[in-house]
Amino acid sequence: MTLTTAEIWMVIAGLGLGTFLVRFSFLGLIGDRPLPPLVMHLLRYTPVAVIPGLAAPLVLWPEATDGMLNAPRLTAAAVTLLAGVITRNIVAAIFFGAVTLYTLLWLIG
Amino acid sequence: MSRKNPTPMMLQGLRDSAPFLLVIVPFGMLFGVLATEAGLKIGETMAMTVLVIAGAAQFAALQQMVADTPVVMIILTALAVNLRMAMYSASLTPHLGKAPLWQRALLAYLMVDQAFVLSAAKYERAPELSLSARVRYYVGTMVLTAPAWYTATLFGALGARAIPPGFALDFAAPITFLAMIGPMLRTLPHLVAAIVSIVLALAFHGFPYGTGLLVAAAAAMAAGVVTEQAMGRFRP
Repeated sequence: MTLTTAEIWMVIAGLGLGTFLVRFSFLGLIGDRPLPPLVMHLLRYTPVAVIPGLAAPLVLWPEATDGMLNAPRLTAAAVTLLAGVITRNIVAAIFFGAVTLYTLLWLIG
Repeated sequence: MSRKNPTPMMLQGLRDSAPFLLVIVPFGMLFGVLATEAGLKIGETMAMTVLVIAGAAQFAALQQMVADTPVVMIILTALAVNLRMAMYSASLTPHLGKAPLWQRALLAYLMVDQAFVLSAAKYERAPELSLSARVRYYVGTMVLTAPAWYTATLFGALGARAIPPGFALDFAAPITFLAMIGPMLRTLPHLVAAIVSIVLALAFHGFPYGTGLLVAAAAAMAAGVVTEQAMGRFRP
């Protein structure tokens, strides 16, 4: 990370304030006025629209291997995703993914 | 505010929120570890965790910081993850909108997924609850979980130094994001949104300043709604 200390604090302050304003929006400022249904429906998809796109390049082009596909990492990624779909539990999915990654790194190196 | 029986509602909220500790504690510790590994000082890590209290957005911000994305784009990407909370805010307003301003500010600060899910379900089940009972229940869902989130982050940040470098922590962030995806895929439109997000984020990866991800996210949200509408229209 090459961000300066000032930039790091700008991220912290900006994200903290921005997140608060999103949370405070209707409850504190706009009041009891319904959002247009289309907007309500769009907002429902924000996490699932951002997180997979954030993860995909990290999985396919991992930084630690200079962007080369890597069997232990790719397998661990698949196991994590599958475990999350099956268990519906974030921590269980992280656990299975980490166990897979370390086992394969230990076996294959 | 009625002082009669002030504790039971808060205790109910606390009790209902307790199972979430099983997720919040390890998740918070992981954030502390990764933030420290990324180069944040303890004060910076704790400031972020206390000011933001939103796991997915914090991990997203951290990832964009490591990738040396410009400050504005880091904030926008992480805020995009949190936009769903505007929906929470709108849905809670009919139940909590008449509370005093300082209480609404407190409730807004504490508006995380768990508080929203538990409280919205409670208000639905018990519409007879008074305003102050609703507020107490909501705060109850967070009196344990918010401090647990801060504390877990702190322990993660303090413990990070003890982790040897050969531990492949480079892959902890991707695994964390991947682990979040499975539980999000509740319906077909969610699945379509996730696929569009992945395909377009990869296609637009070369866009400057991380704008590709924001474009992909906007398209993915639209794809979710379009799928939803198509399913409604074609339902027999």
